[in-house]
Amino acid sequence: MNFDMSPYGAYIWPAYAISALALIGTTAWTLAAWRRAKARLEALEKPARGKP
Amino acid sequence: MNWLFRYANPHEFMRLSGMVLPFAAIGAALCVLAALYLGFSAPSDYQQGRTVLILYIHVPAAIMAMTVYGALAVCSLLSLVWRHPLSDTAARAAAPLGALFTALGLITGSLWGKPMWGTYWVWDARLTSFLLLLFLYFGYMALWNAIEDETRAARAAAILALVGAVNIPIIKFSVNWWNTLHQGESIMSGEVAPIFLAPLLLMMAGYGLLFLTLWMVRIRTAILERRARNLMQAGP
Repeated sequence: MNFDMSPYGAYIWPAYAISALALIGTTAWTLAAWRRAKARLEALEKPARGKP
Repeated sequence: MNWLFRYANPHEFMRLSGMVLPFAAIGAALCVLAALYLGFSAPSDYQQGRTVLILYIHVPAAIMAMTVYGALAVCSLLSLVWRHPLSDTAARAAAPLGALFTALGLITGSLWGKPMWGTYWVWDARLTSFLLLLFLYFGYMALWNAIEDETRAARAAAILALVGAVNIPIIKFSVNWWNTLHQGESIMSGEVAPIFLAPLLLMMAGYGLLFLTLWMVRIRTAILERRARNLMQAGP
């Protein structure tokens, strides 16, 4: 693999860094929202399940 | 259309998406890693030098920006014609992801334009219509948040999405219809050398699978949130 970007490193690395940051950040944010929604629903369903 | 309604049922969707999700997520990761390996191993382009590496992130982002809008428009049409609530949920869940891909397409394109064209931005037809796509996504999301009644919000947003769909063929054919600084279509015309095409196609598959993964998770999240809201309204 060749990581020598000269003389265009100032354009290539930011393009990759911004893309990686945005996509990884969105993935993390999406998964966190899913976990929050799941935990909230479970908390709401728990008392309902415990009812006689 | 019966098959569609069968899988558009929230319960069926949760079951089916739960089965597909791990494969889509793993597939996305593998495609992106393979594309990065092949891309960074490929030689420099004889004209563009190493900036050809931006091709692998700019083109998939731009294609996904338009594909996601297409999916959003189809879901909006299904919502308007058949009033299926899952179509609204799917359309709403797709919008921020589409906006993200559009923004990435604009930013990476701009960073590619400076060394190749000598400028970050020009108001040519391709770039301007693509910027309009970003505003359409923002408008769609703003409309959803501006109207309190969900049914009315869904209807208004779906109409906006369908009207905005006119912009997709304009983006696609802008390089043919007008004299633009942006280059013309090169993938389908076979102008991309196989050594650059392989990582590009892999990255496109990776971006597509990543979108599918995130879209399904976002729809599943919205379904759980709706269930939680219904439980709250039903009371103890």
